[in-house]
Amino acid sequence: MSNRLLPFYATLIICVLAYAICVFQFPNMFSTRVLGNLLTDNAFLGIAAVGMTFVILSGGIDLSVGSVIAFTGVLIAVLVGWYGVHPLTAFVIALTIATAFGAGMGAIIHYLDVPAFIVTLAGMFLARGMSFVITTESIPINHEFYTALQGLYYRMPGGGRLNFVGGVMVLVFLAGIVVAHFTKFGSYVYAIGGNRTSAELMGVPVGRTTIAIYALSGFLSGLSGIVFSLYTSAGYSLSAVGVELDTIAAVVIGGTLLTGGVGLVAGTFVGVIIQGIIQTYIVFDGTLSSWWTKIVVGFLLFAFIALQRLLVYLSSRKALAGEH
Amino acid sequence: MNNSLASGLRRATPQLISLAVILFLNWLAFPGFFDLRIQDGRLFGSLIDVLNRGAPVMILAIGMTAVIASKGVDLSVGAVMAMAGAVAATMTVEGYPLMAVILTALAVGIACGLLNGFLVAVLDLQPIVATLILMVAGRGIAQLITEGVIVTFNDPGLIFFGTGSFLGLPMPIIIAALLAIAVILLMRRTALGLLIEAVGVNRSASSYAGINSKLLLIFVYTLSGFCAALAGIIAAADIRGADANNAGLWLELDAILAVVIGGTSLLGGRFSILMSVLGAIIIQAMNTGILISGFPPEYNLIVKAAVIIMILLAQSASFAGIGGLFVRAPSAAKKADAS
Repeated sequence: MSNRLLPFYATLIICVLAYAICVFQFPNMFSTRVLGNLLTDNAFLGIAAVGMTFVILSGGIDLSVGSVIAFTGVLIAVLVGWYGVHPLTAFVIALTIATAFGAGMGAIIHYLDVPAFIVTLAGMFLARGMSFVITTESIPINHEFYTALQGLYYRMPGGGRLNFVGGVMVLVFLAGIVVAHFTKFGSYVYAIGGNRTSAELMGVPVGRTTIAIYALSGFLSGLSGIVFSLYTSAGYSLSAVGVELDTIAAVVIGGTLLTGGVGLVAGTFVGVIIQGIIQTYIVFDGTLSSWWTKIVVGFLLFAFIALQRLLVYLSSRKALAGEH
Repeated sequence: MNNSLASGLRRATPQLISLAVILFLNWLAFPGFFDLRIQDGRLFGSLIDVLNRGAPVMILAIGMTAVIASKGVDLSVGAVMAMAGAVAATMTVEGYPLMAVILTALAVGIACGLLNGFLVAVLDLQPIVATLILMVAGRGIAQLITEGVIVTFNDPGLIFFGTGSFLGLPMPIIIAALLAIAVILLMRRTALGLLIEAVGVNRSASSYAGINSKLLLIFVYTLSGFCAALAGIIAAADIRGADANNAGLWLELDAILAVVIGGTSLLGGRFSILMSVLGAIIIQAMNTGILISGFPPEYNLIVKAAVIIMILLAQSASFAGIGGLFVRAPSAAKKADAS
């Protein structure tokens, strides 16, 4: 079992090392201000990544994340800006739609027995198309409630600010950890990801759980869309393109096995922070171009997957040796 | 021969009907849709336009079909397109001869395919993950090659691949058709296609039967990389420039969709290259139809999503009709996967 946590420890060590290297080169990065910014800038990514962690733990994949974020943002902007709906009501409407959307995809995946990949691909097109149909313009959100939420912060020692959106991300991660490790639903998710057939034989309600997993991912994508609209003060149908890839990368770098069944929600947090650190380093350096982020993330992905394969290979050899 | 033609036609009925319906709707929306005319020694018309615009996705779908038949998927084709285009444009600007430019760009695609194949076959990674690496990093590398700007060129030789014509037909159509014929002959006149299907249905069983599944997997990903590079060259030649950010963006999804519309199962096994090409034509006919009918292009994605959902429903309905035999098969495959 401790073997399975090795990728997580490896990620943690790499995260600390990366931060140490950054601080060594740019001592200014060692401040709670930078930490606060890390949390704020990656809040929407982190929240969506929690949902993706559950999906991947169950052995599935959700490609619709980025589109749902954009759709939620556009919907809220239009409701608040054009129809004068109070943001809280708009939040409830948007979250309900996003959750129902995810549940629908889960139902199709389970009842039609088709690969999650192709269903969520259709979901990705549908959500992006819906936001295009609502409007192709970037709609600004000007509401005192938004300003109030954006003004909220907790002052950390050292002058760093933990913004409202950063706080929401931390709370979502804590809730995700509790749900994954201390509830029946969490153990069902791990069981389905480990081996769907034996989970079914052991009496896990596979259908209900699959629908709930994708509904959760839809809900968190919706929440991520709300946070994104708070972060940018606007809704734009072309925003958050490719965020699903960043979240999958964060989940994998965080040590979750893409075949399902093994991984930690906390690992995903570290995966998100590593991506944030790379971006912050590039900003601090000033001469590196932003596309280095993609190359480094791609390389990290490769390194972690190779590490996981090695561990799986070693543990299977150990298991074989134990049998003889 | 007649029998196989008839059974092939029967299998293709749903796709042919949908293509006919889409073309009919296009004709309703735009009465001149079927008009063809010859100008400056080449054909012009909406139908030719559908084929011409659809050529990159057709080429991608040819490689993607082989990959999906082996129970894999290649997400990196869009990024490989961007890389090949970036290499072709940068080398042309630096004055290399056309032959060297084309060969290097194709070599980039083959190298990417070899990397994907190595990760899938030798390191045993899930295809989605293995190709995700290049999908994420590839665009970054393409931007590194073009140094973050859109590299434009005026070399008539390279431009010919995108906008030239031969025997009255635009070059992209000719290239796609030649590639499709070559790959179909390679797959069906030799045992290669059958072996790929065997690996896709059950990799360990085919390994026990003496098939070199590792080599075959590396081959299909290399073929896909080659096709992606070819599509990348055409796309760059078409706009006379390499845009590392947008070249081939989301085309991997269109290519997968074309293969799925063509009836090849994502769970691997039986495949048809011709049907995938037909799938790519259906997608492009929809895109063109939405554009010329005056609908805002925003509806494009919704129509696409609706088509995917309808295909999924049709496929699962046919599963239910045949009964327990086919419903069992996927879960058995999953069991084999998990162990």
